[in-house]
Amino acid sequence: MADATLDAKGLNCPLPILRAKKSLKGMTDGQILAIEATDPGSAKDFESFCAQTGNKLVKASENNGVFYYEIQKNG
Amino acid sequence: MANQKKLAIIATKGTLDFAYPPLILATTAAALDYDVTIFWTFYGLQVVKKERDLKISPLGNPGMPMPVPMPVLVQILPGMEAMATVMMKQKMSSKGVATIDSLLEMALEADVKMIACQMTVDLFDFKHSELIDGLEFAGAARFFEIAQDADITLFI
Repeated sequence: MADATLDAKGLNCPLPILRAKKSLKGMTDGQILAIEATDPGSAKDFESFCAQTGNKLVKASENNGVFYYEIQKNG
Repeated sequence: MANQKKLAIIATKGTLDFAYPPLILATTAAALDYDVTIFWTFYGLQVVKKERDLKISPLGNPGMPMPVPMPVLVQILPGMEAMATVMMKQKMSSKGVATIDSLLEMALEADVKMIACQMTVDLFDFKHSELIDGLEFAGAARFFEIAQDADITLFI
């Protein structure tokens, strides 16, 4: 179960990443942020974001053009 | 942060299409915990004016998609630039692309440092009050002080 959710549907680069960064800022270590996005570029972007910021991408999936991610803060 | 990475960007262009790359890269790098500085010079200063009126021009921009194929001579007609600008803004908004205003706001919120080139401010007779608040005014030597220990330096 996610501790926070972010609806980034309809937003394009770099907004999903910027909003995710903002959401994570208000969370504590170990908590999970669930994100929904429609930007196809977000798949690689969230991988890169997590690889560079020390957060962990625990889940990434796609269903009918909606991309779903779960990021664990500093995980 | 001791090992914080640094990005230094020189932004020299003042059209709507060229206002995007420095601001997208700066805000993204800030989200990746980079220490970011943008040095606005020459036409780049148009982007940090309080009253921005950034336009896009089909002239000299052969890669720009137009709704109908258009000879160059038609593109110089009055109103074509305004039409292309409106068209591009509509397209961007429909695709969920951020506006320049909001990217600029997000950059400042994320502590992206902005330096305006004092020499070009003088060249174009801009007053400091015509430009957004929070800018530092300095010259090329200041840019080198920042760029010399930057991990990435871009000229846009």
